[in-house]
Amino acid sequence: MPELWELSATELRAAVGRGEVSCREVALAHLGRIELVDERVRAFVTVTEEEALAQADRWDAARARGEELPPLAGVPVALKDNMCTRGIRTTCASKVLGDWRPPYDATVTSLVREAGGVLVGKTNMDEFAMGSSTENSGLFPTSNPWDLERVPGGSSGGSAAAVASRMAPLALGSDTGGSIRQPGALCGVVGFKPTYGRVSRYGLVAYASSLDQIGPFARSVADAALLLRVIARPDPLDNTSAPVETPDYSAGLTGDVRGLRIGVPKEYCAEGVTGEVRGAVEAALDRYRELGAEVSETSTPHVEHALASYYLIAPAEASSNLARYDGVRYGFRAPGARDVVDMFQVSRDLGFGDEVKHRIMLGTYALSAGYYDAYYLKAMQVRTLVKQDLERCWERFDVLVTPTTPEVAFRKGEKLNDPMAMKLADVCTLPINLAGTCAVSIPCGFQNGLPIGLQIIGRPFEEGTVLRAAQAYEQTTDWHRRAPEL
Amino acid sequence: MPKLTLAEVEHVALLARLRLTEDEKHRMTEDLNVILDHFETLQQLNTDGISPTAHAIPMENVLREDATRPSLPREELLREAPEARDEFFVVPRIVDT
Repeated sequence: MPELWELSATELRAAVGRGEVSCREVALAHLGRIELVDERVRAFVTVTEEEALAQADRWDAARARGEELPPLAGVPVALKDNMCTRGIRTTCASKVLGDWRPPYDATVTSLVREAGGVLVGKTNMDEFAMGSSTENSGLFPTSNPWDLERVPGGSSGGSAAAVASRMAPLALGSDTGGSIRQPGALCGVVGFKPTYGRVSRYGLVAYASSLDQIGPFARSVADAALLLRVIARPDPLDNTSAPVETPDYSAGLTGDVRGLRIGVPKEYCAEGVTGEVRGAVEAALDRYRELGAEVSETSTPHVEHALASYYLIAPAEASSNLARYDGVRYGFRAPGARDVVDMFQVSRDLGFGDEVKHRIMLGTYALSAGYYDAYYLKAMQVRTLVKQDLERCWERFDVLVTPTTPEVAFRKGEKLNDPMAMKLADVCTLPINLAGTCAVSIPCGFQNGLPIGLQIIGRPFEEGTVLRAAQAYEQTTDWHRRAPEL
Repeated sequence: MPKLTLAEVEHVALLARLRLTEDEKHRMTEDLNVILDHFETLQQLNTDGISPTAHAIPMENVLREDATRPSLPREELLREAPEARDEFFVVPRIVDT
């Protein structure tokens, strides 16, 4: 008999529905697991024990009254700490927010709670979601559960590590340039970035508003589909949320990919991608051929310029979004200021970490008089080219397959001192944010005990096709069933 | 493109309302130049006639009913302020008397 914390969300929900286990037992099992392993992994910024037990009791009472239970009833969920939780501190892993307790819930927080999800905690991240290793957290670094000396990826490293180390079967992250898929790959879990506009961002602390999107982490494609269906809905509180229907993603997981047209854009397997990662992706493509899919090579020539475009657009938007942290209405204020401008400047210098200040400076510079055309406008034109490359692919292909990351999890500190090295970790994921479409990372192998991720990219709003392709591969492998020893 | 100078870094820091320390200014100048050098490749790409993309997914303006609805409770918001008095946020003096 497996422990409760080993079960998937789908299994837990079914066991609760059949009355084999109470929501309180499920919550206690996961809180116990957190107590046992999070000292080493450090995925959580805040563990919400009281909230978890109160929610669990609510659904146990509902079941006792004979009520029909919602789709996540009793299933523990962790939220990245940039999603607002009313009355529960939301730090964005930044000293600038400190112990800020939001006066409202993010839309995803409400949706998860209404669907019966039991919030077990808020997870660590790179400060303001800027980074690819969770080492830029202003609070503490998180470890990769597969090797505690290595990074879990980022920026949603806490959510990925929490799911991989069985502290929660489900978590939410946010993805601006790869911040769900890259840590998903490095921690060996499923990480899904939906199409821009598919999930409401009301109550998500903004980083780069034309790129940010919330999505699920899980240990199976079926579990990711379950959570995506709960959070994917139009929201009058977010004007960028798209007025589209939410399909039944779970029902679409047929395992059938016969005739599916898979394109393999050759530029993604170029320089920097290790032989082991390349081998794992090629083996996955062979598997797809065996399953009856049609696999052929294609080209997205502007991918080599995507990184520069991204690292001008995202900081430019960030410099504007982060102007609100001024020490007036909430968060950190430096004491002893001479006047109000002095207060803004010193509060921001002491409150923000190095990486955040770098990006604010880069973005402010790219937008400043005299440089706007050369940098920001140019970056937006390149964004058009990157997007058009993908649109041309959709004329011939249903999905595209690439590595998620060029290499497996790197050692802590390894990329901290080179301002470009860390950015290259996102080279395969950030073009998808520029184009606004959807993509998932799923486990496709191991190198020396460290997980490798396969990225599957779909047309805008065709999350269902991506999930079907992902699940068809997943059910022929056992990568996703392997667990780190903790 | 020309190199970013220390004076420009100081100017940009002022625009961004960041009081950088001397050490930070020097490191920032060095690091930003490394990054901008890397982005030089963009300048070699011909983008004449390419329209810029600000949002990747086409969207239309969203309208709603012009109806009143409750706003967040003032006390709850002021409770999170670094300094508040009565119904106000308190900041250092702005105007000399």
